[in-house]
Amino acid sequence: MTKSRRPPRIIVLSWLGLLALLAVTVTAAYVPLGTANTVVAMVIAAAKATIVATIFMELRERHPLTIPFAGAGFFWLAIMLWLALADYVTRPNFPPAG
Amino acid sequence: MSDARLAAQFVDLRQQHDVARLGMWVFLATEVLFFGGLILAYCVYRTAYPEGFAEAARHTKIAIGTANTAILLTSSFLVAWAVTIIRLGESRFAALLLWAAALIGLAFLGLKGLEYSLEYREHLLPGFGFDYAGSQVRTVHLFFAFYLVSTALHAVHVAVGIVILAAIGWRAYQRRYSDNYHSPATVAALYWHFVDLVWIFLFALIYLPGRSG
Repeated sequence: MTKSRRPPRIIVLSWLGLLALLAVTVTAAYVPLGTANTVVAMVIAAAKATIVATIFMELRERHPLTIPFAGAGFFWLAIMLWLALADYVTRPNFPPAG
Repeated sequence: MSDARLAAQFVDLRQQHDVARLGMWVFLATEVLFFGGLILAYCVYRTAYPEGFAEAARHTKIAIGTANTAILLTSSFLVAWAVTIIRLGESRFAALLLWAAALIGLAFLGLKGLEYSLEYREHLLPGFGFDYAGSQVRTVHLFFAFYLVSTALHAVHVAVGIVILAAIGWRAYQRRYSDNYHSPATVAALYWHFVDLVWIFLFALIYLPGRSG
């Protein structure tokens, strides 16, 4: 393969890393860890998402303005999940009076 | 001398490219919140009915889900590869990579269809003859409603992405892109990677819970 056609090493490594993380997350799902199973699954999903966003979506190249534009969606998502779940998750702790 | 590829409001192709990329990220931010609403609903009901969600998730087809995740990750890899070499003037070869990625996307949809048909036969799809024997029937119904809506919306995104990749591939084959003009390819790639990103989370929420129970 001519040099200009070759995939950059970082893209190949990211792809292999993503497949490895997929194997790990599926295997870990079958190990009884209680509630930690969910934590492991979500941490691995976040790690995969970070690889896709930084390498494949080129956030690592730090073009001016791209980071705040890309971060905005996740920032508002975090607010939505945080405030809504703060309500629902704590409801059993505060049963209605009477 | 004017360049037909440069819209009137931009100083040069570089500025046009930056604006196109930012515009796609704005669109993706709206998509984050679009899928985010569904995921919030999932989190609320999963915290309310953890046992039912675990039981329901055990009925999902994890082999197909895992294969489909590997398929989308591979397809994203091909697209990232294509975008890098388009900038190096390897448009023709990049076109092949983009078409391969689109074909792999079709394989994803094929497996998704197979999965739906298996679940249809097991009466697991709400609105399509759902029937479940067990005390958790209401929660299982809730889980599969989320499953059906979120994966179907995601599949629509995959289908749109396949058409876009095929079209961008065709333009790359015609050598329309180069080092100083490749915005359509870059922006289409961002969309395709985002579809992959959504699937990474859907996979963790749909297929993995309850496996160790």
